[in-house]
Order: sequence, then C-alpha cells, then structure tokens
Amino acid sequence: MSVISIIVLLVLVVLTIVQVMRISEISSEIQKGKDNEVTEKDNNTQGTLMLIVGFGFVISVIVMYIVWGRLSLPESASVHGSEIDSLWNLSMLIINIVFFIVQPILFYFAFKYRGKKGTKAVYYEHNNKLELFWTVVPALALAVLIIWGLNVWSTLMMPENEEEPILVEVYAQQFNWTVRYSGGDNVLGYATVHEIAGGNILGVDMKDPASIDDIIAKELHLPVGQPIKFLFRSQDVIHSAYFPHFRAQMNCVPGAITQFQFTPSITTAEIRQNKDVKDHVEEVNEIRKAKGEDVWDFNYILLCNKICGAAHYNMQMDIIVETEDEFNAWLKEQKTVAETL
Amino acid sequence: MEEHHKETFVSKYIFSLDHKMIGKQFLITGMIMGLIGVMMSMLFRLELAYPEQSFPILEFFLGKWAPDGVMDPNMYLALVTIHGTIMVFFVLTAGLSGTFSNLLIPLQIGARDMASGFMNALSYWFFFVSSVIMVASLFVEAGPAAAGWTVYPPLSALPQAMPGSGMGMTLWLISMTLFIVSSLLGSLNYIVTVMNMRTKGMSMTRLPLTIWAFLTTAVLGVLSFPVLLSAALLLMFDRMLGTSFYLSDIFIGGEVLSYSGGSPVLYQHLFWFLGHPEVYIILLPALGISSEVIATNSRKPIFGYRAMVGSILAIAFLSFIVWGHHMFITGMNPFLGSVFTFTTLLIAIPSAVKAFNYITTLWKGNIQFTPAMLFSIGLVSTFVTGGLTGVILGDSALDINVHDTYFVVAHFHIVMGLSAIFGMFAGVYHWFPKMYGRMMNKSMGYAHFWLTFITAYGVFFPMHFLGMAGLPRRYYSNTAFPMFDNLADINILITYFAIIGGSAQLIFIFNFFYSIWRGPKATQNPWRANSLEWTTPVEHLHGNWPGDVPVVHRWAYDYSKPGAEEDFVPQNVPLAEGEESGH
Repeated sequence: MSVISIIVLLVLVVLTIVQVMRISEISSEIQKGKDNEVTEKDNNTQGTLMLIVGFGFVISVIVMYIVWGRLSLPESASVHGSEIDSLWNLSMLIINIVFFIVQPILFYFAFKYRGKKGTKAVYYEHNNKLELFWTVVPALALAVLIIWGLNVWSTLMMPENEEEPILVEVYAQQFNWTVRYSGGDNVLGYATVHEIAGGNILGVDMKDPASIDDIIAKELHLPVGQPIKFLFRSQDVIHSAYFPHFRAQMNCVPGAITQFQFTPSITTAEIRQNKDVKDHVEEVNEIRKAKGEDVWDFNYILLCNKICGAAHYNMQMDIIVETEDEFNAWLKEQKTVAETL
Repeated sequence: MEEHHKETFVSKYIFSLDHKMIGKQFLITGMIMGLIGVMMSMLFRLELAYPEQSFPILEFFLGKWAPDGVMDPNMYLALVTIHGTIMVFFVLTAGLSGTFSNLLIPLQIGARDMASGFMNALSYWFFFVSSVIMVASLFVEAGPAAAGWTVYPPLSALPQAMPGSGMGMTLWLISMTLFIVSSLLGSLNYIVTVMNMRTKGMSMTRLPLTIWAFLTTAVLGVLSFPVLLSAALLLMFDRMLGTSFYLSDIFIGGEVLSYSGGSPVLYQHLFWFLGHPEVYIILLPALGISSEVIATNSRKPIFGYRAMVGSILAIAFLSFIVWGHHMFITGMNPFLGSVFTFTTLLIAIPSAVKAFNYITTLWKGNIQFTPAMLFSIGLVSTFVTGGLTGVILGDSALDINVHDTYFVVAHFHIVMGLSAIFGMFAGVYHWFPKMYGRMMNKSMGYAHFWLTFITAYGVFFPMHFLGMAGLPRRYYSNTAFPMFDNLADINILITYFAIIGGSAQLIFIFNFFYSIWRGPKATQNPWRANSLEWTTPVEHLHGNWPGDVPVVHRWAYDYSKPGAEEDFVPQNVPLAEGEESGH
C-alpha cells in the first residue's frame, strides 16, 4: 500500500512540474504578442469556470451530506444531549439555508457579470435600506440562536437536581483514565498528588473517613436515568474528558477540580439495537474483517480530547450504561479503597 | 532630494530602509516559511491517511524521527505544532500584513516612506532572526516544540511531559518573543504613518479599504501582542526560574513537583487575549486586499464603503471580548461562557454585512478575471463557508460536543487559513507589477487558482463530517478507536487533495520567480485602478514620486462613474466641474 501511494505521490509531483513547464512554455509564446492582459475570452472562460466549479462545489456539498451524513454520532445517550441536538439541528438548518443561497449567488454573479467589451458597470455606491436589511435579518436569526443557546447552556452547566446526583471522579494521567466512585456515603474522600505512592495512584487520603468506601475502577459504569456529577482531576498535564455519545466534555486541569453533570438515558444494551449504531458496527466490522482485525462491538467511550503527549491518540476508557440493578450489582463486586490499599 | 543618496547592494537589498524593499523582504521570507509549513502538512497528512505505515520519504525528511519510515508520535505532534505556528504567525501575520502594509501604506496614502524607515527595517530583521530560530528549533536533539501551536502548559512547561518541551520549546519561546517585538515595531509604524502622513486631501473617508484594514490590524496587534509577550515570559519563568504562574499540584515522572498555586487556565486567558484578535490580524488585511481587488476588477465602487469600514471596526472591537469562546470547557464560570457566546455570535453580523457587500459589488459589474480577482472571489466563498460554522462553534452549548474535533479544524482552516492565504495570493498577483515592474503570467495564475480552490475545499470541507463523527484533532493515528475505522477513506481522500494542492503551489512559486526576471514589463497602471500607488513610476525610487506628492481629490472607488470618460478616475484627478465627490 505504502509503495503504491509513494508512486502515486511521485507521479503527481512529476505531473505537476511537467504541467508547470508546459504552461510556462505556452504562456511565453503568448507573451511575445501581448501584454498578458485579461481578454474578453479570458473573462468568458473564467466566468464560466466560476459557474461550473462554483455550482460543482455546492452540489458536492449536497452529495457529501447524503453520503457522509450517516457518519455523524448516533442519537444522544444523555438527557441534556437531545436538547443540544435540537439546537444543533436548528443552527445547521439556518447556516445551510444561508450557504445554499449565498454561494450560488456569488458564483452566478461572477459568471453573469463577467466583463464584456463595450459594456460599463453600474455605478452603485450604497443603499442604506439594503444594508439595513442584511444587518437586521442576521441579527434576528442570531438573537434566536443566542437566546436558545444560552438557555441550553445554563440548564446543562447549572442543573437543578431533584435527587442527589451520584458523584464520580474521573482521573486523568498520561495516558489513561481512572474512575473513582464515592461509595455508600456518596462523598469522595480527599485526594491530592502528595499522597500518590505505590498502588495509590489517585493520591487518595486514607486519613479522610470519606475515602474508606470509595471504589476505584478502570471501566466507567453508569446507571441509566440517574444524574451523575463528574468531578475531573488531572495529575500531570491538561486532558479533556470527551464523552461524544453523551454530548459532554470537560477539561481535566492539574491543580483544579472541574465538573460536569449528565444523566445517561440509553443503556449500552439498548443503543446496540439502535439502527444507526447497528449499521455503523456492521460497516466497521467489514473493514476490520478485510484487515484481519477483531470483531468490534459498540461501546460508549471516553476519549482524551486535549493534546497531552505522545500517546494522546490512544487514551481511552470504555463506558457501560446499565440498569440500576445491574449497576449496583457491578458496584458491589468492586473492592473499596480500604480493601485494596 | 535627500532620498536619492547613493545606494550600495547591501543598503538596497539587505539593510534597506525603503518600505517597498522591506515589503518584498517580508514577502519572500514569508513564502519560504510558507513552503516549510505546507510541506509539513503534507508529511503529517501522509501519516493520517496511512497511520503507522512506512514511507521512505518520511525517513528522508525526518531522519531519526521516522525510524524505518514510520513517523514517531512525538514528531507528528511537533509537525502540527510548528505547522500551526509558522502558518499563523510567520506566513499569515508577518508574511501577509508585513508585506502589504509596508508596500501599500505609504504608496496608497501618498507618503514618501514610513514614519520611521529604521524602525521598519528593524521590524523585518527581528522577524528574520525569529524565523531563523524557529527553523533552527526543528533540528535540536529532542525535537521542536510539540504541545500544539497554542503551547498550553503544563504540557509545554515540563520536559518530562514530552520531549518537545525541552530545548525545542525554549527556542519556540525565544523566537516568538522576537516575533512580537517585530510585530510591535511594524504596527506602531503603520499606525503613525497612516495617522500623520496622509497626503493633502486624503481624509480618512477617502482611504482605500486596504489602508483601513491595515490600520485596524496594526491597532489590534499593538493592543494584543504585548499580552502574548507577557504570557510567554511567565511561561519562561515557570520553565527556567521555578515560578508557579501556570503550574500546580503536578505528579509526573514518579515524583511530585514543587509547583504550587498556579493555574494553567490563566495561560489560556492570556494566550487567547492575543489569540482571538490574532485571527483578525490575519483576516482583516486579506479582507482589505480583496475589497480593493474586487472593486477594481468589477469596475465598480465597493458597495457600502462606510458599512465596510464600520464592520472592520466592529469586528476589531468585538475581537477583544470573545477570547473565552476558545475556553468554554476549561471549567471556567458558566456565566462567563454565556457572555462570550453572546459577544461571539455578534461578530456574525458585521461579517454578514461584509459578505453581502462583496456580492453586491459584483452585481452589475464588468468583471475582469485577473488571477487576483479569482482569488478574491475565492476568498468571499471561503469566508462565507467558514464563517457560517463559526455560528455553531461560538455557541457554548454546541461547542461542548465538537470542541477540539475536526469540525474546528475545518472551521478555522476555511475561514481564516484559506481566506487569508487567498487574500495574500490576490495581493501578490495584483501588486506584483508594483513590486517588480513586471507582470506575472496569467495562465499559470489561472491554473494555480483553480487547483488551489478545488483542492482546498477538497481538503477542508470533508473534515466537518469527521468532526461530526466525534474525531478529535491532534491524533497521531485514528486506529486506536474502532468507532473511527470507517473514517479512514475520508482521511485518504483528504490527503490526496492535500498533496495535489500543496504541489500546485509550485506553479505559483515558479511563476513568481520566473516573472521577476522574465515576465513582460508592466505598464504604469496595468489594472486601470484608482489608488495612488499606480501614479508612481514603474521603476522604484526612494521617495516614491519623482516630483511632488500627488494631491487627492476623491475617494478610491470612482469606477464607472457616470459622466467620466474612462471607467476609472484616479484619486489625484481633480473633480470635474459640477461633479460631486461625495467623500
């Protein structure tokens, strides 16, 4: 594969150079006669190209939406995520309307008003009404987006809780994730980098009574339908905890504790039955089969999304959303900090 | 005249104090840096299309950083970092603003040179030394800076965190410090020159939009670059003197470091206080250039001159109060996020005004498709395409899910990278006759534009879909996540476009240097334009005009004015009887 691509690369480079030489030869001939001025023929050719390539671009965007639209993330697996998705859809609708109006007009005007000998452009300096119109219309559209956007933002950043959210700490280090559950008391014991030693990789302070029942895990299990308040810590550089399927992301900043709350709404078992997800899995597994790789089954995933060093591209943890009973059963199997340290 | 003192080779071409020569020096240095930056992108695109595969070409360029032709992950990060740094600062700030502000400010306002020729030369030489250090940093033992072009600490502060944060990062900081000095010297000079040295009759409302853009850009630079300087200095202190401005509670390499009480988020605030205005430092000159080129080649006045000036100023003002939109998910106070969302989305309004005014300028024009005009129309297209996705990213609620994904990469490359580089190309094609007294080859210009335009969209548009699939940027390889396996084909496609598009720039380079020596001789006013630079003789001379400096009687956009014989009326032509200037 790599040999082929190098050959293709080299061929392309050679072709480009040959093309350049040819063009320069042709052009030097033209230069003898004329002053390299733009002729009416040029205006026709370039104006027509504007129309063809410009509309070609607009059409190819439509094609991309059709062919690659399926690549987008599946439906949101969190409660707030569906609000984000609605806002996303409205914003996309608005910007696409503008795109599909403005781009064709631009390229059409370029074609339509291509220079012709003997014609004169219209001296049209300004028009206050017109300018007011395209100041006010975007302003109105933006007002809608701003108001709705801020509304969504404040509900998801400052959630009002009817029930106490479950506290989970997400801990980042180069280049892996660890999670800590708060246990029966739902209080996370104090932790600091100064306590890191041996197996105590999170630096949990064992003198804090709240620490005793904390549970450390390498897989993030979440009960469906329960608000989870994540507290993020990092021990070395900035990482970003990215939960794409839940429309959630927060940086992990050394020296600070950040937080984000969401309520998972679809269990792993359920989302695997989702049609988009099934199609995705099928497509991926065909690719993997062709390459002789293992079969993949869909899992929610936590990724690092802030450049953090050499293995940044492989800093991940599986997320399993399950029913409350399953979750409690899983949690019971885990050893508490007191037992492991 | 005093300006006509005897010139030696060194005083004319090397340590020149003449603004036109300094402009050309900025351009050539910027082009060399641009070539390096583009070549880097082709190397890391190869890695992204065929992750962890062996290519002899990688070993050829990267040596020990690509053992057996497989790129090292640290080198991948270094390449994206230096690519970003070079393109943002060295090409699109110094190369674009440095070139055209220098070349055009005195010529278009009717001044004999910059306010301080010496400061101007100093600005170039700081830039030159800064470029040399940045390139030199590529060759240090542990590799160049690799923490991303934003060099967030602690990653950039701790050599334990990545090899690039050692000597490479030190050189990066030194280089950027010199760069900032260069930028400040230049900007102060531009502001003073525009404010004080305009010729008689050249009121602010008669200035070409290029000058408005350069002036505003310079003001942005003067107000924001010093903040980056302080950010860089504090980072140096943390690295070298053991202070804790940005660092706190760090356990790395098996030990707890002694830093305490600092905040990495503070760095981000300081960085983006420059970083966001920087986007407009890059973009505004390109918008100014395209305004000039579009009006000239549509043979029409720019539509809504006052609105264009107003929107430049509005964008510049707003650019200072939106930096937080780069930091929605750093854990800053959610209320701040709301404020930054509000101010950010406001920018769409003046931007929309600009886009619509460009399009209306084309309406009922008599468009002359010079290569410069093609690139300017390309700029309007990319400005619209990229600007629209800004409406999504600027909305904090939506940013959460696409922050730092390829959606962002697509957005800023299209709206800032492509628009600015198209503006720069437009400027080079348009003012090449002014710079070198010869014309660039038209056909090669056309080929260059179409190849660049098509491949540029081919590279960056599909990235939106990668981002919507959740693919993070700055990943050395996407193979670690099976959920991204079906994106591999798109990455290959993008890489092919990138290689073709990158190679197409050779046409431009060839055309540029060929035309310097072999291009047909230019006439004094080849595009039949109105602004004052075309009233100077083709052959350069110190002081620009052989006789008196021209007096200005009208604005720069009297194209196809009813009653005028020709379809252009240069600014120095007195008003005809009964004619109203309106400006």
